[in-house]
Amino acid sequence: MNETKYIPKSKLGQWLDSRLPLLTLSHHLQSYPTPKNLNYWWTFGGILTFCLITQIITGLVLAMHYVAHVDHAFQSIEHIMRDVNYGWLIRYVHANGASMFFLAVYIHIFRSLFYGSYKTPREVIWIIGLIIYILMMATAFMGYVLPWGQMSFWGATVITNLFSAIPLIGESITTWLWGGYSVDNPTLYRFYSLHHLLPFLTFGLVILHICVLHVPGNNNPIGIDVKKNNNETMPFHPYMVMKDIFALLVFIAVFLWFVFFAPNVLGHPDNYIEANPLVTPAHIVPEWYLLPFYAILRAIPSKLGGVIFMFAAIFILMLLPWLDTSKVRSAVFRPIYKKLFWVLVFTVILLGYLGAKPPEGIYLILSRVATAYYFIHFLILLPMLGRYEKTDPLPMSISDPVLDKPGVLDKFKKVASKYEGENVSSFK
Amino acid sequence: MLVHLNNFFKFFFTVVLISVFPLSAVSEEKKVDLLEINWSFDGIFGTFDRTSLQRGYQVYQEVCSGCHSMQYLSYRNLSEKGGPEFSIEEAKAIALQFEVNDGPNSDGEMFMRPARSSDRFVSPYPNVEASTAANGGAYPPDMSVLAKARAGGADYIYSLLMGYEETPADFELDDGVYYNKYMSGNKIKMSEPISDGIVEYADGTSNTKAQISKDITTFLIWASEPHLESQHRMGFKVIIYLIILITLVYLSKQKVWSRFSSKTEEEETFDKVERAVTKYEGEDPKTFK
Repeated sequence: MNETKYIPKSKLGQWLDSRLPLLTLSHHLQSYPTPKNLNYWWTFGGILTFCLITQIITGLVLAMHYVAHVDHAFQSIEHIMRDVNYGWLIRYVHANGASMFFLAVYIHIFRSLFYGSYKTPREVIWIIGLIIYILMMATAFMGYVLPWGQMSFWGATVITNLFSAIPLIGESITTWLWGGYSVDNPTLYRFYSLHHLLPFLTFGLVILHICVLHVPGNNNPIGIDVKKNNNETMPFHPYMVMKDIFALLVFIAVFLWFVFFAPNVLGHPDNYIEANPLVTPAHIVPEWYLLPFYAILRAIPSKLGGVIFMFAAIFILMLLPWLDTSKVRSAVFRPIYKKLFWVLVFTVILLGYLGAKPPEGIYLILSRVATAYYFIHFLILLPMLGRYEKTDPLPMSISDPVLDKPGVLDKFKKVASKYEGENVSSFK
Repeated sequence: MLVHLNNFFKFFFTVVLISVFPLSAVSEEKKVDLLEINWSFDGIFGTFDRTSLQRGYQVYQEVCSGCHSMQYLSYRNLSEKGGPEFSIEEAKAIALQFEVNDGPNSDGEMFMRPARSSDRFVSPYPNVEASTAANGGAYPPDMSVLAKARAGGADYIYSLLMGYEETPADFELDDGVYYNKYMSGNKIKMSEPISDGIVEYADGTSNTKAQISKDITTFLIWASEPHLESQHRMGFKVIIYLIILITLVYLSKQKVWSRFSSKTEEEETFDKVERAVTKYEGEDPKTFK
């Protein structure tokens, strides 16, 4: 970044800044140049930071009242809901906050897919983002176990059992994860401990994600590099800050609507039944945000195969910057990729729907088709597109499309031809 | 190549659309629509009908509590705001009807004492096993959060209570199992709990099966979500506040953004030319200086 060096005005500021460059950092954050054409899909980064902080704060308060013990966990949740002052509010914000966090992260990821934000030079931002996403899934899964309801217990049993599919060492790994021979008190203890730790690791990675973002700067809907000296960028503060706050407040309104008026629709009723190792629920389903992966897991006939494909579905995204060989970033100029993108969105939503259904009959067949397509998209279609797709011409700068206001360009050309040969610079 | 891809999409979409929608309707297990009631606690402004909650407690006490515990509620909850709102004295009097095991005292002995309003609802059985054994192997679930533990909530509970019917001729039932239209699999181990006149209401409300079922359902919803009224009240205020704040922030954002001339040099030049062109349209350019 070619920013001019910042020097604090006051002597004290200079003294401090030469030792601890907080003021330089603050100046950088305020003046950080952002492309002026960012649309509202770009506000989800700030929204996600808000979600993480909300989860950490509400989580810390919940941890003051929660008891991680199989005999008391369910009861302590009811204690929070009934007797802790505003405990119901804090818990509902935390529980729905997880869903909102995933809603925002899926929008953020698909935005990146659409506008090619994962492409050079932003591969590392993308990979750090995916690690954050994986940590989020682990944290959310372990958090869902803590209330010790039926879905907590059986979800934990199903997911931890997956590791037993690993040849030779699988059984030992599962026993090691459980801290015993089934999901029980030691499992609950360690999940609680990790559920407390992982958000702080995530927070560190989020800071790293933002630091790395600030090296090349933001991608933008046009997907070409911005020229920083040509009025194509605007300082982060106050422009993007105001826009982000506006978008965040709209998001919070939706979020709180769920909290106050439909706090349990995103959860499963069975989780209000205390865990009982002797009674298996009719359908064991994870939270909605994990359903697409659950569908892939069950689509494969062998257990080990299912586990491999499920993890592959996530880790394949790490290779995306190299699987997508097209030089053009934004889908706006890639007519075929644009369609493929929406097919992928549809496939993932379909997988989510199928993940909530029993794996039989038409659901199983569709799961297999959708799973196959998911991998075909990344492994075959994307590498091929880079070679065969005829992309639309890219504009010279992010401002160009603004010139394409209907009619104006034509008028301009007509007038220009009229005055051909004249000295235009003499116009006032 | 590209044409093939396009056709492939169309094919893919068609296959998926054709297969998902009609087939999913067929393969879905046959579900009976629940009875739907206009509950007073539904919606953004929903509040509980106080007298219905008080009657509901009576139904719980006289009918349900013989088998079903309600271990997460305390007698004091009955006098708290947003609930049945019995007076504090009434709640104390209700508690006094029960005895709890307390201790040990200074002699190391456990003893029975009358319940206080701070005590939890006394359970009908000492533990789940005793409860299961006494009820033919089916544990009568604790009712504290029952309404949240069933898909369909209030409508489901009401429907279940109203859903006992004659067993169809071709339907096989074991002894001690009853036919219920709304229970999954239509088999339920609880005999029909509510019937006309099973409780006598002091306030003169008609004690039909439907009315009693409504009252107990209302009570169970409150029991599972005792702060529902606060939720609704606070939620409404918060949403109104946010709408105002969002409007103000949006206007501020527009104001701030209007300060930024988003135009590049090329655009500025273009605008200049356009202005000039409009101004001098129809004139002879030869007259330009």
